[in-house]
Amino acid sequence: MPAPSLPKKLSRPALVLIILAALALISIALFMTLGAKGSWSFVLSFRGKKLLSLVLVAYAISVSTVLFQTVTNNRILTPSIMGFDALYVLIKTAIVFFLGVGALISIDSQIQFLVEVLVMVGASSLLFRWLFLGEERSLHLLVLVGIVFGILFRSLGNFMQRMLDPGAFNVLQDTLFASFSTTDPAILAISCVVVAAVSLVGLRLMHTYDVLSLGRSQAINLGVEYKRTVAIILVLVAILVSISTALVGPVTFFGLLVATLAHSLVGNSKHRYVLPAAILLAIICLVGGQTLLERVFAFDTALSIIIEFLGGIVFIFLVMRKSAR
Amino acid sequence: MLILASLITLAMAVVSLFVGVSDVSLASLFAGGMDSRAVEVLFISRIPRTMALMLAGGSMAIAGLVMQMIVRNRFVEPSTTGTMESAGLGFLLVTLFAPGWPLIAKMAVSALFALGGTALFLRILRAVPLRDVLLVPLIGIMLAGVIGAVTYFVAYRANLVASLLAWEMGDFSGVLRGRYELLWIGLVSAMLAYIVADRMTLAGMGKDFATNLGINHRAVVSLGLSIVAVVSAVVLVTVGMIPFLGLIVPNVVSLMVGDNMRRSVPWVAVGGAGIVLACDITGRLIRFPYEIPISVVMGVVGSVVFLYLLLRTQKRVAA
Repeated sequence: MPAPSLPKKLSRPALVLIILAALALISIALFMTLGAKGSWSFVLSFRGKKLLSLVLVAYAISVSTVLFQTVTNNRILTPSIMGFDALYVLIKTAIVFFLGVGALISIDSQIQFLVEVLVMVGASSLLFRWLFLGEERSLHLLVLVGIVFGILFRSLGNFMQRMLDPGAFNVLQDTLFASFSTTDPAILAISCVVVAAVSLVGLRLMHTYDVLSLGRSQAINLGVEYKRTVAIILVLVAILVSISTALVGPVTFFGLLVATLAHSLVGNSKHRYVLPAAILLAIICLVGGQTLLERVFAFDTALSIIIEFLGGIVFIFLVMRKSAR
Repeated sequence: MLILASLITLAMAVVSLFVGVSDVSLASLFAGGMDSRAVEVLFISRIPRTMALMLAGGSMAIAGLVMQMIVRNRFVEPSTTGTMESAGLGFLLVTLFAPGWPLIAKMAVSALFALGGTALFLRILRAVPLRDVLLVPLIGIMLAGVIGAVTYFVAYRANLVASLLAWEMGDFSGVLRGRYELLWIGLVSAMLAYIVADRMTLAGMGKDFATNLGINHRAVVSLGLSIVAVVSAVVLVTVGMIPFLGLIVPNVVSLMVGDNMRRSVPWVAVGGAGIVLACDITGRLIRFPYEIPISVVMGVVGSVVFLYLLLRTQKRVAA
């Protein structure tokens, strides 16, 4: 669609980013103010905490998905399709299974969270290394292996949960099925710190992303220290995935939805446009969606279900359109 | 070979009869006479359960095979194409809106939904001209996710999430006499697959090829779809979802005896029954006297076997 009235300097990606940023701001403003009654200081701090966790999750999911797709050089795989949030659930279950439910209650939640993230990073780095840095494998195989790993982790987690006694099982259930509306402030604080650290490392690697997305041999030819860089990025992805899963639980198609939309809206694959676009889109979906659900439809915990629904549909349509071309 | 496999499966069926909390052994059966407790348990619980295991296992595995023939893709089965999820949605809706209907009517609605869901899946596939092997199972899983989300949402609004999770989870512990007989319908439809096996095999080679050989491709595909839908609905309504069954058994069998369906159907049936029996017995023994539902055991065993299969094929191709 030609837009002659626009000044020439504003390229399509820039325009997209501006519109997305405006929409994101609007959804944040609506989220904070719509239907607020009573003391403003209470409302703002209560909703602010929730907003922070939504934004954090949006950021973590979108960045991890985009980077993951860059590193693996594909647009279909995402960490959650590869079963990495299931791995998180498995790790958490294993802690209760082997250390007892006491560990879950008595150990400080921040330390617990850090330990979980560390174990997760270790385990997922091993798996990532095996899948992506060993011999070259077809994308087809990777997707299937990933999906099956996801089911394996989920079933193993389920298996251990069945072996627990009912009391421990209930405590675990509560911590596993966190939703968008309940978040522990201590974990929120530590998540912010970790996400900031991850972002710093990620920013320093920013110049390699566009090169990496050309594929392994191209990237090596162009002078990127391939193995090391990819290994670092995969660790960053693992950390971000554990944070988002810890905050809201598994959301399978959200990252895919956001990353795919970002790529097709921006129209090229330069990371300095795609990454912010994905982050903004994720914020619009999560914050705007939550606002719509809570204030307009008065549903409270159904957002992840609806994202799953829309994400699946959008993705199917995108796949159909792309291959029709 | 097939006889040997059948014997092993039969042996597991016998074992399955004697595993459980309530003591049923040959000695107790003979000691108590015809109306003892052991005999009662045997006839009301153990035999129905064992029958249900074999029926569900065999027919689900065949449904997976038929699905793979129709879609011409080795990596699909009713639970990765939205079929099972659609059956679940149908059953949930009919339970909500017509709770008084007899089970067979509910099952029929559920089968209709399963048919619709599978047809939708095929439609979407037809709209994707570049049929990548990778895309087919992926689209199926997406569709399954979408339908699953709708089901979950309905259940959420009706406050039925807990019961939805309970009956969608594959589990044979509730099977008693009078509670499993619908599974015979599944077996009958699976046997239909054997009768039209040759035509199915040809249909599996592609529409043009099959039409050239004088096969009514459309009719064979519709029949296959109906078989898959009925089996999925029956199994879902009586025991819940059993993941991976329809995926693994046909793949293993295909590695062993090839893709001629007339030859592979008996293998698939016996293999499906055998693997379900094995998983169920494991689930009953591992935390005796409690039970671990078969879908959980099957998820662990199935994914490991499937991973092995995937990576093994890869190595063979690479070599």
